[in-house]
This record gives sequence, structure tokens and C-alpha cells, in this order.
Amino acid sequence: MKFDTARLIWIIGYLVLAPFIGGLLEGFDRKISARMQRRVGPPILQPFYDVQKLFNKQTIAVRKTQFSFLIAYMVLMIFTGAMFFGGVDLLMCFFVLSTAATFLIFAASVTNSPYSAIGAQREMIQMMTYEPAVLMTAVGFYLIRGTFDVDRIARAGSSAIVVLPGFFFAFVFILTIKMRKSPFDEAGSHHPHQELVKGITTEMGAKNLAVYTITEWYENVFLLGVVGLFIVNRNPLSYIGAIVVILLVYFLEILIDNASARVRWQTMLKMTWGVTLLTAGVNLMMLMLIYR
Amino acid sequence: MATVIPFLILFPLVMACLMFVIRNNRVRGVAAYLGSVIVMIGVGVLVVQWFLAGAKPVELFIETEVADHVILASEIVLMVVVTCLCFKYKKYWISLLSIVPTLLIAYLELFGPEMEPTYHIYLDHLSILMCLIVGIIGGLIVIYAVGYMHGYAHHHSEFQDRRYYFFMLLFGFLGAMFGFVTSSSLLWIDLFWEVTSIISFLLIGYTKSSEAITNSFRALWMNLLGGTALAIAIAYYAYEAGTVTLQQLVFEGSVGSNIALLPVVLIAFAALTKSAQLPFSTWLLGAMVAPTPSSALLHSATMVKAGIYVLFRLAPALSGRTSGLMVAFVGGFTFLAASIMAIAQTDAKKVLAMSTIANLGLMVACAGVGTAETIWAGIFLMIFHAISKSMLFQDVGATENTLHTRDLEAFHGLIYRLPFLAMVQFIGIAGMFLAPFGMLISKWAALRASVDERNILLVFFIIFGSAITSLYWTKWMAKLLEQSRAPKVKDITKLNEKISLGIHAVMMIGVCLLFPLLSSSYVDPLLREMFGNAEQVLPTATLVVLIVIILIVFAVPAVSMAFGENTRTNIKPNYMNGINDGTDYGFISSYGEVQHMHVSNYYFAHVIGQRKLMLPSQILSTVVIIGMICVILGGVL
Repeated sequence: MKFDTARLIWIIGYLVLAPFIGGLLEGFDRKISARMQRRVGPPILQPFYDVQKLFNKQTIAVRKTQFSFLIAYMVLMIFTGAMFFGGVDLLMCFFVLSTAATFLIFAASVTNSPYSAIGAQREMIQMMTYEPAVLMTAVGFYLIRGTFDVDRIARAGSSAIVVLPGFFFAFVFILTIKMRKSPFDEAGSHHPHQELVKGITTEMGAKNLAVYTITEWYENVFLLGVVGLFIVNRNPLSYIGAIVVILLVYFLEILIDNASARVRWQTMLKMTWGVTLLTAGVNLMMLMLIYR
Repeated sequence: MATVIPFLILFPLVMACLMFVIRNNRVRGVAAYLGSVIVMIGVGVLVVQWFLAGAKPVELFIETEVADHVILASEIVLMVVVTCLCFKYKKYWISLLSIVPTLLIAYLELFGPEMEPTYHIYLDHLSILMCLIVGIIGGLIVIYAVGYMHGYAHHHSEFQDRRYYFFMLLFGFLGAMFGFVTSSSLLWIDLFWEVTSIISFLLIGYTKSSEAITNSFRALWMNLLGGTALAIAIAYYAYEAGTVTLQQLVFEGSVGSNIALLPVVLIAFAALTKSAQLPFSTWLLGAMVAPTPSSALLHSATMVKAGIYVLFRLAPALSGRTSGLMVAFVGGFTFLAASIMAIAQTDAKKVLAMSTIANLGLMVACAGVGTAETIWAGIFLMIFHAISKSMLFQDVGATENTLHTRDLEAFHGLIYRLPFLAMVQFIGIAGMFLAPFGMLISKWAALRASVDERNILLVFFIIFGSAITSLYWTKWMAKLLEQSRAPKVKDITKLNEKISLGIHAVMMIGVCLLFPLLSSSYVDPLLREMFGNAEQVLPTATLVVLIVIILIVFAVPAVSMAFGENTRTNIKPNYMNGINDGTDYGFISSYGEVQHMHVSNYYFAHVIGQRKLMLPSQILSTVVIIGMICVILGGVL
């Protein structure tokens, strides 16, 4: 494996900046959501204040082991992102991503709490729901570029989205699930006054919740990185385009979040698999005819 | 080598007779230990000799006049036994599936065309690998079985204790398996094939309960149907080509000879029945009534792999042809359908059975595509699956002996109640689907290969199948971890069971760590033998990444566990949306009474259960198989 300096800078950049970018995005998310609901909203830096506060709180937990699982979740998630920005195998990134998610499920399951458990069960359903679209994305890149290596995909002559519009749509569609946005926030909700309470995070407090939140930031940056991968090519200007697209996608997720109510998970499953087959699937079929 | 192979085939048969004769349980147990250790040593000697001889394909036994007669006689004996049993239980028509092929083979041997003299035993990387799997895993399962059957006989006093019979069958099976994977003469393969089918049938019927008998006959007719297809293939090929060597058949098939088309598709069909692919999956599910060692040995680790082994052999002849498409479709579809049905199972053994069918499906699909890449994936799937499933079956059996149930819901918090068994389950399941364990790497390679081959259906099957696979495994693992207030139970697992489980766990982790080495030093040469030239499937970069992930997955929970022990944590009860009654397992309702609560997994049995999905899947796969065979027949005739 050739490990050039540029890749190393990307990795370090991800490790250091991702939590800030993720936190800032969440800050904007809360602000924009508030404005959509005609509220003033918290300051942009509020997510950082929240996490800082969580770290300073007394450690209260239902089970001690939960922390270990959350740490494993975090490390694997950071590793996923580092792999991605380090330019290695995209499909392998996605496999590690699902292993990381498994540890989150364990962290929720060890509690034996009813709300946490229902959140964990639904998280598994969510994983099953988004996994095809995620794997499909890797397949799409492989088909047109002949490699799973992010590094080589990013250095192609043209933007992948030109030939992979269906895959792009499917991936953006499952982002709603991955980012825990309504209408697909089945496993956990941001607002505790519901039948789910807070779902998968119900029993996470203080340090544990802080670790969880930071991991989500890392994850979001990684996922948005995958969105960017659809745009970038050899031309440095494409990176600006990628950032614009990422911000648009993020805004779209906020809009959807605020404009919809949670659906039943059965609906989520059917819709997502349907969309995956109709967009990515049809796109794949056409590509297979072209790229013989 | 010319002595070790007959020894590996005959010694287990001698052991089988011994097992039947010795009626003292303790003495028989010791004999079984010795026997299985000798079998393992025998395999070791074979492997060493073969490597010292240069690790090249070896052809043995050209003059086999006597052996041929013995084999024919054994076939006829088997036919008589099966016919008698069929008449005893009034399943008359099933006997036809034994009589017709046996008479066909007998006619071929006695009055058929003169075959040119050729070798009967063929040893290459693939057969040595199979010998290793059969020898090591089979030997360990026999050791495990001595302890397990002791417990089984005590808990199931309603059934007659026929352990002598059980161990006879286990050893007999090992002998047959060695014969099967080393033979190159299709006539020999046919006999060993029938023997494994019949032993499986007898083991399923071990308890003689009415359910066991029904299930055993279902397994029998399905497997014998495959045997019939095999016999027809052999007869056809012998008359057309004047030889009955598997290697010759594969060669002719790979160069596109018309003679080979029909035998290849018939043998592939036989392999589908053996590997419990749709529409024949039901026999494997029914086989779960048998005592656990037989489920571990026959119905997941070795016998069902016989079908896979044959398909791997045929792969060059399947690749890129209609027969290959058929096999790949059936395999991929079975992977998807069985994975869905596995979600709905609450019986741990049934989950394992469904997942076995699903994984066999993936291997079958790999063989059907039949390129070097997919065979690489298939071989690794086979190795990892054999170790991991054998371990899981044994573990579930031991857990059942202790808990008296194998309902997944009863495994709630097993890690606190039966730490050793739960830990082994955890490792086994991790091996089945988590990164960085081997199954996932194989899926990676299989997915890539199916894109390379532009097989879009297979891409869909693998993608949706793996997404579903992770659901039923994750919820099982989560179940083990959930906090439980049920009292600790005394682990009555015997030492020999623990030894077998422990060795399996070590093998599992060892194979995970060493698999890059295994890939370059063993599987790559295997592929070169099969395809002439084969490049490295897994890029080095991916390998490096994998090793790092392995380190993380093992190190992080351990380190943070050690770190977490020292931090002061205020432990509080769960949130119950009402007053927690203090135990974490109940809350005080608005009537002021304590309401108990139980956290359960999702199953959706009424939506995606076996009852709902099995029949439609069987119909679809039957239609595809019949359609494809018609197309192939149309091409030949």
C-alpha cells in the first residue's frame, strides 16, 4: 500500500476536524430547524457546550459495561472514517461501519431497559434497511471505476454522479435513516416526549452520551464524505462543488426532518428497499448493459 | 499415501464395528477418544506426506479389481437395507429411489462398456482441505459427542439409549466422507455418496419418535433423488465417454464438450439436494430433531459440504454456461430466502440450520459463477463456516443440556449465567458476520466477483442477503448480553465438550489471524490447480486494513473494560416511564401493583416465517431448476 503525504493529511484532518465539523453542522441544524419552526434557536456552538457539560457530569449509568461498548463503537467509527479519507477500500469501510453499529446495539442492549431495548431492536431493523443501499453504492463505484479504492475513485476524470444518479439518490435517501432524521428516526428520537422516550439512547447519560454524540459527529462527516465522493474528480475545483452538494444535501435532510412525521418501521423498510431497487437497482442494470 | 488413504477409509469402519460391539459406556467412550485421535493423526500424516511429496496432485490406485467388487457389493447391501426400512415404515415408493440407481450402477459395472484403466483416488489441494475439515472437525465432534450423549441419555430418558448405534454411525460416516473426498472414480463417489445419505437418514431417525421418522424419510427421499441423478449421470457418461473419472468429466466440461453437458448438470442437481438448497431445504430443517453432534457433523460442518465440494470440482465446467447460471441462481436465491426465514426462528438450532442453508447457498452461488475469484471466496466461506457452525451447534447443544431449552428467548443474559458457553457462542457468531472475520471477506470477494461477471441477480441476492443476515445474528448476540436476573445455573458441560469447544474457538481466531497466509500459501495454489493461472484475489492494502481491524476489535473492548473498572460509576436503575420497582424487571402501574416486564426480540414469525415463505420459495426454485434443465436438455438432444 502506497501511503503518500496527501492521504496522511486527509486522515489527520478527519481525525482532528471531523468532530468540529460534525458539531458545527449540528449547531446549524438546530438553528435552521428552529427558524423553520419560528423559534430563535440555540447558539451555533450549543452542541459543543452540551457535550462539554456531559463530560463534567457525575458518571451515572445503568450498567458499567455500556461504556466499553460505546468506546468500541467510537473507535471503530473513527477508524471507518479514517479508512475512507485514507483512500482505502470503500466496501471494507462499509463493513467496518456496520460492525461499529453493532457495538452501539450492544451498548443499548446491556441495559435491559424496555425503551433502550426497543431502540436497539429498531436500530437492527434500520441497519437491515439501509445496508443494501450502502453496499449498492460501493458496487456502483466499483462498476464504473473498476476498483473499490476511494483514492482511485476520487482521482477519476469525471464526477461519478453523472453515471450514478440512481445510486446517489438511494444513498441520500438512506442518509435520513443514518442521521436519525424524521420520518425514519425509528430507533431513537431527539425529543424524549414520545412513545420511544429516547429509544436507543434512553439509558445513556453523562460521559456515555458524550461519547455517543461525538461518534455521531464522526459518522456524519464520514457519510457526507461519501456524498462528496459522488462529485469529486481529478479537477481540484470539483471539491468546491462537492462541498456545495454536501451542504445542499444536509439542508435537504433538515427540511425533510422538519416537514415529516415518523412513519412505522414497516413503511420505512418497504419504501427504502423499493427506492433502492428502483433507483440504484435500475441504475445498476443500465450500467451493466453499458460497461460490458 | 497409498496406505494412509485406505487406512482413513477403513479404520473408521473398523471403529464403527467396535462401537457397535462395546456395550459398556465408559469403555466405548475411551475407545471413541482413541479412535478420533487416531483419525486426526492419520489426517496429519496424510497431509505431511502429501506436502513432502511436493504438494502436487497425486493419482493413485489404478488396479482395483477387488475394491470394485467390494464397492458393488456394498451398494447392493445398502439397497437391501434401505428397501427393508422403507417397507417396515410403509414408505414403499422411496425404496424405488434406491433400487433403480443401484441396479443401474450394477448393470453398468457388470455389463457396461469396458473402461480404460485409470486412477481411482485423486489427491489435490481441494481434497486435502476437505480431509482436514472432516478429520479435525469430525474428530473433535466425536470427542464432544461422548460427553454430550451422556447428558442426552439422562435428559431424554423417554428415548431408548442407543449410544452404541449412534457412535457406530458417526465413525462410519467419517470413513465414508474420507472416501468421498479422495475418490476420483465416479462409481466410488456414488457409493460414498449413498452411504452418507443413509447414515444421515439413520441419525435423524435416532430417537424413533414419529416426528423423527417423518423427518428422516423426508431427508432420505430428497438425498436419494440426488443419488439417482448422480447414478444416471454416471451411466450416461460411462456409455458416451468410456470413462468414469470425475477429473476427466470436469476437463471435458470446461472445454465445452457436448458429452459432458448432461452429466455435469445432473451431478450439480445432486449436489443441490445434498447441500439442502431450495427446493430441498426442508430436509435439513427436519434433521434438527437429531442429537446435536450429528447436526454439527453431518448437517452443517461436513456432509452438506460434500455437495459444495462436488460443485467446486465442477466449477470450471459450470462457469459461463447455462448450468452455471442455474446453480448460481438457486444458490443466491436460497441465500436470500433462508436468511429471511432465519429471522423468524426462535429455536436456536433452527436459526443455525437456516443460516447453514443460507451460507451453503452463498457457496453454491460462488461455485455456479465458477471463476477463480468466486472459488476463492467459496473456499474461505467453507472453512470459516465449518469451524464456526460446528462450534455453534456444539455450544447450543451444551447450553440445551444445561438449560433444558434452546429457545433463543431463554438465552437472555446468558453471558452472566453460563459465561463460557455464551462466550463461545459470541465468538462463533462474530465469525459468521462481523468484520474482520472471514465470512465477511468472502462476501466481499463474492460481491466483487458477481459484479465482474455482470450477474445482476446475484448482486441483489448477496446485498440484500447480507443485510438480512446481520439482523438475526445481531439480535442473538444482543440477547446474550442483556442483563438477566435469572439465577446463575450450574454449568454441567463436560470437560470433553469444553475441550472441543475451546479448540474450535482457538481455531476460529487462529484462522482469522492467519488467513492472509492461508490465502497465499494454500488457496492460491489450489486455484492455480483448478484454473491454471490465478492472481491474488485480495489486495495487500485490504489485508493490512483487516489486520488493523482485528487488533481494534479485540483490543478496544478489553482495554476500555479494564479502564472502566477503575472509574467511579453511580449505578442507577432503568428508566421505566413509571416507578421502577427497584429490580429493573418491573414497574409500579397506576393501580399501584408491580407489573413485570420481559424484554424480547423481534421475530415476525407470522409475516416471514417458514410456514409463510417456504412453499413459495420452493415453487419458484423448482420452476427455475426444471426450466433450466429443459433448456440444457434442449441443447444436448
